[in-house]
Amino acid sequence: MSSSTLWRHPEFAAGARETRDVALGIGAWGLVAGVAMSKAGLGAAIAIAMSLCVFAGSAQLAALPLMVQGAPLWVIWATAFCVNLRFVIFSAGWRPYLRSLPRAQRLFVAYFTVDFTYIAFMRRFPQPGDVRAQLAYLAGNIVVSWIAWQAMTILGVVLADVIPERWGLGFAGTLALLGITASLLVDCATWTAAAVAACAAFAAFALPFHLNIVVAIAAAMAVGVLIDQFAPPRRAAAASEDAA
Amino acid sequence: MSPWTSVAAIAGLTVVSIVTRGFFVIPDREVPIPGWLREALRYAPLAALVAVIVPEIAMSDGHLVGTWKDARLYAAAAGVLVFVTTRSLLGTILAGTAVLLALRLGLNW
Repeated sequence: MSSSTLWRHPEFAAGARETRDVALGIGAWGLVAGVAMSKAGLGAAIAIAMSLCVFAGSAQLAALPLMVQGAPLWVIWATAFCVNLRFVIFSAGWRPYLRSLPRAQRLFVAYFTVDFTYIAFMRRFPQPGDVRAQLAYLAGNIVVSWIAWQAMTILGVVLADVIPERWGLGFAGTLALLGITASLLVDCATWTAAAVAACAAFAAFALPFHLNIVVAIAAAMAVGVLIDQFAPPRRAAAASEDAA
Repeated sequence: MSPWTSVAAIAGLTVVSIVTRGFFVIPDREVPIPGWLREALRYAPLAALVAVIVPEIAMSDGHLVGTWKDARLYAAAAGVLVFVTTRSLLGTILAGTAVLLALRLGLNW
């Protein structure tokens, strides 16, 4: 299957169109990341190279202060890995859709799939089916989100000194994460896990190299499994919460 | 950090992006994942997000904020309110940033 003709497939336009609607959000987050990377003091060239290669906003923002502090490389990589753990879970979701491709192509496609790609794709294709249509949709989605993200990141790097820190633009990134977090709070178990994660992250805040994030993940996973073991089924829990 | 160390760091981070996003598509054969681990992993993204945003919203200099006159608290509240009512990520960002700017520039919070 030739990638050069994927863009002619009608699903390419569908993927591009749906992504265009959220491109502003992706761009705002990219702008924030660009400003933050530039402010971190690593230089514009490093910041832009990082954005073009790594293509993972939250991991970049988590890695930056560590790079500035001169933390050991393995700590920087481990931190990014932890921040990216959600993609590990998403990759299990991608597997049935990409199964027919050779490994190199599977990895190539997976590398470009960001959070919104996963959410939009799974909404459009709840079940694996026409591989060509799915790849065309993915290509349309990825091209638009990649361009929106990279263009705005580079703009952020360039404009960093013009945008006063006092405006608190960096907080826009936190607000985006806050919205994504809120969308994940669907039942009693997720609320409890989030509360535990918040307490753990706070209690372990003094740990170096953002290790409090790892502590929070471990605590929330343990509590989540316990709730799944002993609590009533999720539907019932969600229903009773609605009634309350 | 020297330029070459930075380049090494970025190269490694790129590998991390590829490996995490492609984690379960790497093997050619089916990989059995224990049920409890799959269940537990469900909570990892949520926990990571919470652990990142809690200090950003409610801590300064390693302590919980000790004052109500902190623009971030109200910006976060406005963001949550907009998200709950509209489910719009962009609206969340705009509303929160607007509140933050108003309180910072207007009241100096």
